[in-house]
Amino acid sequence: MPMVQITNVRKSYAGGFEALKGASLDIHEGEILALLGPNGAGKTTLISTICGITQPTSGTITVGGHDVVTDYRGARSLVGLVPQEINLEPFERVINTVRFSRGLFGKPKDDALLERVLRQLSLWDKRDNRIMELSGGMKRRVLIAKALAHEPRVLFLDEPTAGVDVELRRDMWDIVAGLKEAGVTIILTTHYIEEAEAIADRIGVINEGEILLVEEKTALMTRLGQKELRIELHEPAMALPAALVERGLRIEEGGHVLVYTYDTAQDRTGIATLIREISDAGLVLRDLQTRQNSLEDIFVGLVSKQEDAA
Amino acid sequence: MNWQAIRAIYVFEMSRFFRTLLQSFVSPVISTSLYFVVFGAAIGSRIDQVEGVSYGAFIVPGLIMLSVMTQAISNASFGIYFPKFIGTIYELLSAPINFLEIVLGYVGAAATKALFIGLVILGTSALFVDLTIQHPIAMLAFMVLTCLSFALFGFIIGIWAGNFEQLQLIPLLIVTPLVFLGGSFYSISMLPPVWQTISFFNPVVYLVSGFRWSFFGLADVPIGLSLLAIGGFTTLCLAIIWWIFKTGWRIRQ
Repeated sequence: MPMVQITNVRKSYAGGFEALKGASLDIHEGEILALLGPNGAGKTTLISTICGITQPTSGTITVGGHDVVTDYRGARSLVGLVPQEINLEPFERVINTVRFSRGLFGKPKDDALLERVLRQLSLWDKRDNRIMELSGGMKRRVLIAKALAHEPRVLFLDEPTAGVDVELRRDMWDIVAGLKEAGVTIILTTHYIEEAEAIADRIGVINEGEILLVEEKTALMTRLGQKELRIELHEPAMALPAALVERGLRIEEGGHVLVYTYDTAQDRTGIATLIREISDAGLVLRDLQTRQNSLEDIFVGLVSKQEDAA
Repeated sequence: MNWQAIRAIYVFEMSRFFRTLLQSFVSPVISTSLYFVVFGAAIGSRIDQVEGVSYGAFIVPGLIMLSVMTQAISNASFGIYFPKFIGTIYELLSAPINFLEIVLGYVGAAATKALFIGLVILGTSALFVDLTIQHPIAMLAFMVLTCLSFALFGFIIGIWAGNFEQLQLIPLLIVTPLVFLGGSFYSISMLPPVWQTISFFNPVVYLVSGFRWSFFGLADVPIGLSLLAIGGFTTLCLAIIWWIFKTGWRIRQ
């Protein structure tokens, strides 16, 4: 049984805008799932619908087997949410907001746990500070501390690293890795592809309210991954023999570089033959370079394919 | 019932009150003192007695009601409007709590603050005039009920309000006139007959009258009617709040 099961969920807002168009997704216990999608793809709506901030128009969602509408107490007590916006009471002290969150989720007072959470997020020294005295990055940590204060089994991070500096982003990734070790299921939305690539186990791509694909990150990379071979030449080639053009070889940088794109999933990549044919054509190699397609390329490819189809 | 959540909301809201304790405490004391100076000493010295009670003492129940009502409304409306305004409402909506628990937390805290201020004003009044309270338990019960029902009303305003202006609109345009015209500073029997009739459509008349009865045994309307009025108002507010949470009006899209 998946930890979170989303079945054919639709969400239309008053005014007719359909933010989710029959999304289905299973999230397994203990995994990190990255939901990737451009702005307005429906990422936040999907999370809000799971967490109870909005109601689905149709379809069902369960968390730990509890339906989020009919058994909302069971479902919500398992879920922690770190919102995208920094929504905090500016005049309140850090420790009080964190304590509030724990109580709100029906958990008894546990100062030792709150200390652990605050220390883990480097907030312990700031516990008596007012929120408004903290930097933007610290405020984000407070949001995470609030979500962790009630010991969620499933944690949603809505664009946790949007607009944070590189150092904090690394910290955030470490925190996520630590939570995963503790057995927490993590769903994060992002439009930084490198983020999904760095920390996710599985990646879901969402666009225009539809989940286009969900796959193991590594499988996704190999299935859709293309590689590029760049061949640097000693002497620039002005024109290529017809045989090489047929193989899809392109000339770049004024003839200094030949570029060959191939699929790593294929049995035969054709590189050996290609190299032989190049030397047969009298061209002298100076250097070789291969480049793996990044998730970004895959992602852009998927989204533009959907737009072409529309 | 998620008692931890009710407690958490209550404590969090009360901490806002304690943070501004001086302001919460000093401003009602000053304004009450001013009312006594103006109505009690300056004007009241020309008015001997109202139905056998010195004017200074006569206005005490009305003064307390005036503050209690406005405080209950403003505390409760601000309490729930502020999370909406700054976005922290996401946490309430995603927590395993139902509408009753949210209401108990917010309204309970707002009513407590209003009650506290009511008692402060009562204490301040005792410094200016001789006060006898004939029915102290009924007095306290009336005060608590008024705090609760007006906090419920304020909670509705806070959910309805889309901006700070609207938050002030109903208290300013409806509640303050009703309270001032509700016999806080005079007996309804002092009005011409037409205005007496009109006054009986003002719900605040029933509350002030009942409250004044608990002090002096004097009432413009029968005490039973006063209790009925406050009970009816509370029920109406609860029904509206129940509907709000059922439909998610203005809070859950």
